[in-house]
Amino acid sequence: METTTATAKIINPQEKQIVYKTSDLDLWYGENQALKKINLDIMENEVTAIIGPSGCGKSTYIKTLNRMIELVPGVRTSGEILYRGRNILDKSYQVEELRTKVGMVFQKPNPFPKSIYENVAYGPKIHGIRDKKILDQIVEKSLRGAAIWDEVKDRLNQNAYGLSGGQQQRLCIARCLAIEPDVILMDEPTSALDPISTLKVEELVQELKKEFSIIIVTHNMQQAARISKKTAFFLNGEVIEFSETNKIFSTPKDKRTEDYITGRFG
Amino acid sequence: MDTQKTNSFSVQKMIQEKKKRKSAGGITEKIMPYILFLTAAVSVLTTIGIVLTLIFETFLFFDAVSIKEFFTAKKWYPFSETNGSFGILPLIMGTLKVTVIAAIVAVPIGLASAIYLSEYASDRARRIIKPILEVLAGIPTIVYGFFALTFVTPILREIIPSLEIFNALSPGIVIGIMITPMIASLSEDAMTSVPNAMREGALALGATKFEVAIKVVLPAAISGIVASIVLGISRAIGETMIVAVAGGSTPNLEWNLTGSIQTMTAYIVQVSQGDAGYGTTIYYSIYAVGMTLFVFTLVMNLLAQYITRRFREEY
Repeated sequence: METTTATAKIINPQEKQIVYKTSDLDLWYGENQALKKINLDIMENEVTAIIGPSGCGKSTYIKTLNRMIELVPGVRTSGEILYRGRNILDKSYQVEELRTKVGMVFQKPNPFPKSIYENVAYGPKIHGIRDKKILDQIVEKSLRGAAIWDEVKDRLNQNAYGLSGGQQQRLCIARCLAIEPDVILMDEPTSALDPISTLKVEELVQELKKEFSIIIVTHNMQQAARISKKTAFFLNGEVIEFSETNKIFSTPKDKRTEDYITGRFG
Repeated sequence: MDTQKTNSFSVQKMIQEKKKRKSAGGITEKIMPYILFLTAAVSVLTTIGIVLTLIFETFLFFDAVSIKEFFTAKKWYPFSETNGSFGILPLIMGTLKVTVIAAIVAVPIGLASAIYLSEYASDRARRIIKPILEVLAGIPTIVYGFFALTFVTPILREIIPSLEIFNALSPGIVIGIMITPMIASLSEDAMTSVPNAMREGALALGATKFEVAIKVVLPAAISGIVASIVLGISRAIGETMIVAVAGGSTPNLEWNLTGSIQTMTAYIVQVSQGDAGYGTTIYYSIYAVGMTLFVFTLVMNLLAQYITRRFREEY
């Protein structure tokens, strides 16, 4: 773990910078507009939660941040998203370069049908790291970082599909950590997990925010309240409210936010 | 039926009446499984029958020709009255030459097409190309045979002047063309069934599309892909008309691909067409050759099963 702390970025709260600056983002699936004039500033080294009812565009938004949304046929966007000052929606921005900086954890754990070791080593390998000793170190560090090392260290060569759902999800987080990303996007990472596994992932997020900027989409409002610094409330493709999590949950400004967080709909 | 005041009929009553009539038909329920079992048994029994005939007639062949001669003699020269020789190696050689050429043609093209179709092609392109591939797989092999003889061979002769009219190269290439759609189509099925979540996982790590295809999809689908290749090769080994038409009828043990050959299947055709009398050694020899062919394809299938199990990536 020494290496982990050594690379940790120590940042003075006053010097925190914006990671993602979204300006007037519109997005259409064919004729249906899924996102309307989104404006959000996401800060580095904190957890930003995105909440909202099903179909409100929260998953669409997070998938736009690493351009995974392009896998859906017929998607069009306008506006801009500046990642560290560069517009990622500009076609000249290489998606591979972006995704090397911005990792993603999906709703359902999706390890590769390979060994635990190979899963974690996959990212570094495709980016050209082949030295076995270095890969060994990366794998151990990433698995430790995802708080799963102790559970799997004796069976690194076994198939990842032998792990439980919660372990698979932490393995996917380890896989993501292995390329030392700047940002980690999490798209409802605990929705397929049991409460204990969910708790473990939440604890992990608290650890990870020291080093990474985390954006997490969640269905679960308590989860947003527990783990995030800021929360954005999405409804029908619009950002209704975006501020400090404790403010959103204690004194929401908008009536619709209040209705949602008090469980009147959604 | 007090509750049925509004209706002039009662559904329950009608069901009861129908049931009475149906009880006679209850016998259908009882005998249907037996009928279905019998139909299923027909195919199994036919297979057993064929194998038994093969074995039986093969034994009769080995009464006349020693097993040692069959597997070690270097000449297949059955039509001579006085000094006939029944060494199957030349026929196996012919089959292997054609099969290897076919595989060299079909595996790369088939795999590349499968990767294109499953990873790159738009829905529209896939909807157009896949049926065409399947039509290609349905062309009668005799047509391929004449395609080899009258189209491919003359072209090849322009490039390789020493090529004979009947040779191994041309039918080998054409068999390759014939089995390409099968390999492409089955491999594409295997690759398409790899869950999208796996592709997304790799893309999200910054992998390019090609890296995803080669390092995630291909390994995950390897069992289906290997099965499709082995199936294709099995067909190449058993292919008859193309080699009978374009391969010639000169069994030989040479490595040369430009000369006339004879495969196991082509030999069987040759004897069946001729007037080898029932009970002659030549007549029995086609069973021995057929048996060898059967063992070849059986081994291929077992190999496929072994490889599929050994390399399966579970997801």
